[in-house]
Amino acid sequence: MSLWEYANPVKFIRTTDKVLPWVWTLAGLCLVTGLVWGFFFTPNDFRQGSTVKIIYIHVPSALMAINAWLMMLVASLIWIVRRHHVSALAARAAAPVGAVMTVIALATGAFWGQPMWGTWWAWDPRLTSFLILFLFYLGYMALWEAIENDDTAADLTSILCLVGSVFAILSRYAVNFWNQGLHQGATLSLDKEENISDVFWFPLLVCIAGFVLLFIALVFLRTQTEIRARRTRALLAREGQA
Amino acid sequence: MRTLLIRDLMLAVRAGGGFGLGLAFFLIVTVLVPFGVGPQTELLSRIAPGILWIGALLACLLSLDRILALDWEDGSLDLLATAPLPMEGIVTIKALAHWITTGLPLVLAAPVLGVLLSLPIPAYQWVVISLAVGTPALSVIGTFGAALTVGIKRGGLLMSLLVLPLYVPTLIFGAEVARRGAEGLTVQTPLLLLAGISFGVMALLPFASAAVLRINLR
Repeated sequence: MSLWEYANPVKFIRTTDKVLPWVWTLAGLCLVTGLVWGFFFTPNDFRQGSTVKIIYIHVPSALMAINAWLMMLVASLIWIVRRHHVSALAARAAAPVGAVMTVIALATGAFWGQPMWGTWWAWDPRLTSFLILFLFYLGYMALWEAIENDDTAADLTSILCLVGSVFAILSRYAVNFWNQGLHQGATLSLDKEENISDVFWFPLLVCIAGFVLLFIALVFLRTQTEIRARRTRALLAREGQA
Repeated sequence: MRTLLIRDLMLAVRAGGGFGLGLAFFLIVTVLVPFGVGPQTELLSRIAPGILWIGALLACLLSLDRILALDWEDGSLDLLATAPLPMEGIVTIKALAHWITTGLPLVLAAPVLGVLLSLPIPAYQWVVISLAVGTPALSVIGTFGAALTVGIKRGGLLMSLLVLPLYVPTLIFGAEVARRGAEGLTVQTPLLLLAGISFGVMALLPFASAAVLRINLR
């Protein structure tokens, strides 16, 4: 029993088919619990009022926007090293999800920033690097779409993902240097005793779990679709020859 | 390697105006900016370093598809790939040729165009220095983008989408050097970081470009 067994598309589809309903249910459960708990059963912040509740969407989506790219990076590496097609397809499947997460994070941030900072947008390092991350997602998806040969597309996009990761990190520090921040520090970090008050912390945790599960479910589903689409194409091509 | 460099330079100079186009584009951008933002001298001299950097960056971008596309179309890229020269060497030479024909003229033209934008006097040297240090990075990164999209018909727009985000760090540090120079502040930190990016991409990115090119030639 090894992890690489799931590189077999049939095995992958069979397993994910079994897992998917559970992941969907859990994701829905977590999201509903977390959001309802967060929106209706937590006190307002004494300065930010009810706007603080956007944290339950903003933080998880921002977290997933970055982790989706990380997941694509790992999947691309696996494709380059071991050439498992499922891995390349999973990277492809994750890109639009990550891009949407980036948009959600930016949009919720703008909704929050309007009453709090008095502006929809500021050229703050965090905001700017997220916008750049979004551009990277766009370029990555566009490259997938533009190339006809599947293997070439997988190869090129995975190298773009590797190079893009390096430049995304560079840009992150470059924009830090370029402008002073308006955005508050990290809400969550592992090296602190207590990040935010427990009242907000637990529903937030549930929401994050919900977003992670939602991401997993979407990527599984989209990867399955990619595999099936490719299989259909192969069958059609074979029929055409016969 | 030298033969390839000379061949690329000759082609750029003699065949079809690729050489002057980047410069002309740079000129046009600089001329258009005052039309867009108004002719007030104070405003222009404040944004001049940034405009010069953006103009140079766009001029670089426009000439990227000439690096590899022509050789791809007439098959000479396949010949080069079978030559004893390693692919990494080929892309490095290509980037160097692009820099000599595009980047270097831009660096030399920047002070002249600075006059049009009433660039503050102390900024001249820093604009030239930052462009001289930064444009090689633009050429090398651009070669990577060109190698990625070489097999795609009408890939120019896609290439811009791929390359421009990669240009962000270079632009930030380069424009920061020019801006600080214009205000008479010390420029050491951003200049060193800019040089770091330039040397870093020169050392590492040719490997990625070569890998990408090999995939495309497969």
